Amino acid sequence: MSQDHTLMGFVHRRRRGAELFLLLLALAVGIGAYAAVGLGMEGTIPADIVGYGGWLTALIVVAHVAVRIFAPYADPVLLPVVAALNGLGLAVIHRLDLDNTAQCVDNDTFARQQLIWMTLGVVLFVATLGLLRDHRLLQRLTYTTGLAAIVLLLLPMVPIIGNTVNGAKIWISVGPFSFQPGEVAKVLLVIAFAGYLVLHRDALALAGRRVLFIDLPRGRDLGPILGMWAVSMFILVFQRDLGSSLLFFGIFLIMLYVATERPGWLVVGTALFAAGAFAGWQAFGHVQNRVNIWLDPMAYYDQSPGSGQLVEGLFGMGWGGLIGRGFGEGAPCRIPYAESDFIVPAIGEELGLTAVLAVILCYGLIVERALRIALISRDGFGKLMAVGLGSIFALQVFVVVGGVTGLIPLTGLTTPFLSYGGSSLVANWVVIALLLRISDQARRPAPRLSEADSDTGSDSESTQVVKLK
Amino acid sequence: MNKPIRTISLFCLVLFLALMLNATYLMYVRSGELTEDPQNRRVINAAFSRERGAILVGKDPVARSVPSDDAYDFQRVYPQPFKYAPLTGYFSYFSQSGIERSQNDVLSGDDSRLFVTRLVDMLSNTDPKGGNVQLTIDPEAQTAAYEGLRALGEDVQGAVVAVEPATGKVLAMVSNPTYDPNTLATHDFGSLTETFQQLEQDPAEPLINRSIGTTLPPGSTFKLVTAAAAIESGDYDAESIVPGGTSYQLPQSTTKVGNQGGGDCGGNRITLTQALQVSCNVTFLSLADELGIEAMTEQAEKFGFNATSLEDLDGQARSLYPPDMDPPQTALSGIGQASVTATPLQMALVSAGIANDGVVMRPYVVDEVRAPNLSLLDKTEESELSQAVSVSTADDLTEMMVATVDEGTAFAAAIPGVRVAGKTGTAESTDSRPPYAWFTSFAPADDPKVAVAVLVQSSNTAPGDIAGGRLGGPIAKAVMEAVLNP
Repeated sequence: MSQDHTLMGFVHRRRRGAELFLLLLALAVGIGAYAAVGLGMEGTIPADIVGYGGWLTALIVVAHVAVRIFAPYADPVLLPVVAALNGLGLAVIHRLDLDNTAQCVDNDTFARQQLIWMTLGVVLFVATLGLLRDHRLLQRLTYTTGLAAIVLLLLPMVPIIGNTVNGAKIWISVGPFSFQPGEVAKVLLVIAFAGYLVLHRDALALAGRRVLFIDLPRGRDLGPILGMWAVSMFILVFQRDLGSSLLFFGIFLIMLYVATERPGWLVVGTALFAAGAFAGWQAFGHVQNRVNIWLDPMAYYDQSPGSGQLVEGLFGMGWGGLIGRGFGEGAPCRIPYAESDFIVPAIGEELGLTAVLAVILCYGLIVERALRIALISRDGFGKLMAVGLGSIFALQVFVVVGGVTGLIPLTGLTTPFLSYGGSSLVANWVVIALLLRISDQARRPAPRLSEADSDTGSDSESTQVVKLK
Repeated sequence: MNKPIRTISLFCLVLFLALMLNATYLMYVRSGELTEDPQNRRVINAAFSRERGAILVGKDPVARSVPSDDAYDFQRVYPQPFKYAPLTGYFSYFSQSGIERSQNDVLSGDDSRLFVTRLVDMLSNTDPKGGNVQLTIDPEAQTAAYEGLRALGEDVQGAVVAVEPATGKVLAMVSNPTYDPNTLATHDFGSLTETFQQLEQDPAEPLINRSIGTTLPPGSTFKLVTAAAAIESGDYDAESIVPGGTSYQLPQSTTKVGNQGGGDCGGNRITLTQALQVSCNVTFLSLADELGIEAMTEQAEKFGFNATSLEDLDGQARSLYPPDMDPPQTALSGIGQASVTATPLQMALVSAGIANDGVVMRPYVVDEVRAPNLSLLDKTEESELSQAVSVSTADDLTEMMVATVDEGTAFAAAIPGVRVAGKTGTAESTDSRPPYAWFTSFAPADDPKVAVAVLVQSSNTAPGDIAGGRLGGPIAKAVMEAVLNP
């Protein structure tokens, strides 16, 4: 574990002022995009720009103040990046709401709902920072969260509340509310993995035999990875959700590798997943469809199930070109689900390659900050959690953006913070809160243990110096 | 655990680099290819939804875009659909024709001359608009031509073209049967497809602009070209004595060709003027034979045969004078038969060339191109196509044509108080179909303002009753009067 910076007496600056400045830029993105949508779609700056901008500003300010109070040493970049992405997503969803052509006819209040979800997300963000003063408390809940995650993943299979949308059984409906439990399950799984791996890493890391330069694990240690593999395959087979299956197994594999420092696990895991995916490809028509469409999307344009959605997205992005058509000048409503899975093509069409690269870079920044937090974190649990949470973004963005741009076969996943969808948005805000919590722990000055450091007048308090909260 | 975290960082870097490279490849490198994909409706939808510029005749639009509240923002409307369809063409979701097609860049706003307008639109965030196209058409002449042709029957097949001899401006261009471009501009694609199929399969071919797209033997109107070649040769003038009589035996052949109606043209020895007046086949068969294929080809090509001249409207068919005809065919070509074919526009150019002191001006239909704010972007400059005949030859031919109207077969085009020059034609085709009636004329003879050509392919008039003068003359007269007395 990295203790060197504390040994050198290095103390991280709080950088809350920098965060505030970046947040102002992020607000400019969100409110500016909202104004641009009004100009592009209706010719005028929307009348509710003050109310909307005020609400957005209030949410950002609340989040910022919460960070100042509860996690003053937390990373200053994460929150602004998230605020910018969320603001841009809201504006694009609002733009799709205003459009009444083709696939957008039914969308009228998605942006409003998304803003409500964002509000809930910020509330939970503040609550997480406020209530969870030390992330290591979560380590106690390793098995509870693991069990909860499994239950959540199984919920969509329960007959009455389970809901099949577009062939994927990943929704549950209770009354008027529908919910994707997988979005919460992925956070819980990361916590459970981190707790489990930090306890068992030695056993998993040290035992094993060497085959051709690679240390392969012992057979008896294969239990967890086989279990997780089974869960992934279960999701793939019974919920028909390729994206989540890949995501869960990928996160687990990365965390296992980081915990054990043994590439052998990657080899075993990749081989297992490849075998499972290959078997799935052999066994299921819908998987074969996805692969065929990926190989030659144009050939399936008019078929059903075909590549219409993907190809319309490709056409839209091609039409957007370098700088895009501008809000209101494109036809993103030709793409089914432009407001959720296909929001990146909708951005590409109207804001161009420039915006798509900016969005990808924003996600890159989130992942980079998460991994940086993992590097400087002082405890194994925090490291593993930060790696896991960062990997969620890396894998999810790669799977969904790579899917809609034709890099890999298309699998349904939401685009974090951009896509319309409450479960995903709220869960991701909580993920950011957890990252900031770990970051705050990692960056705050280390408790001083030597008596020589005690200042005058504080000797009486020296017994209280070991303060971890 | 930091070493694997650094490895994972590299791995994530690779993932994001792959995403960014792929996005760049897709949206920059492949952008053009995707936009041109026939399955891509975005480009077509945008063009269809845009506020296209108007096509103007005089001060009135004959095609314009009006706001629409369905899936597309604008609806193309043609206020005088049937009369102007051959010119405007149609603007449908799937294809375009006529001016809508040839001037598509201007009308849609994509033309480079509209660059500044586009830039301003982009900066001020207003929707791009197309520029306007002002046609050379004289609305009165167009109406006269259209009504004259339709007076022969709703389903008459024919065409009328009028040009201004001194400039080449097309003053009227009518074709019948015609169609309603409004039915093709509809946003109801089901009915659009049905209508389009109907029009395409109609044996009367309403979608063809006959005035430039149909070539038929020009018959006796081609005698003007033969006469021009004769006078240009230097061996003849208007008063030269030429062979007349009842029949002419084709060279290298036993076939004898007589005159229309079987007469003798007023004797065996007549003047060239008289020969044109009575449209004497014998005279022009022998003249063509005597002048030979080279001289005839040269003269025909100077008038515009074997080439196209109209640059701002698609669909001009090439009028043909094949330069490799044998002597009997050459003789027949002198009266506009054999393999000689011409469009009505071509025959109007023959008259116009004679009217304009022998100079054929390049015909054009687009007068001006204007930006959406009506500022002038471009005005077509008139240009000389060729010097078909000398000034004196043109004068001779003019006098001969005036005589043909005053005392000869083209009397139907006579306008009281105006010296009119004209020539009739009746060309034969297969036995099963009636002959084609042709008429070409210009007026006033001393200071020509308008040259006209009329083609009537078939009408409800009984066969045998078709003399170019009787069917075409009154239409030509009406068009000339419309131009001369607005």
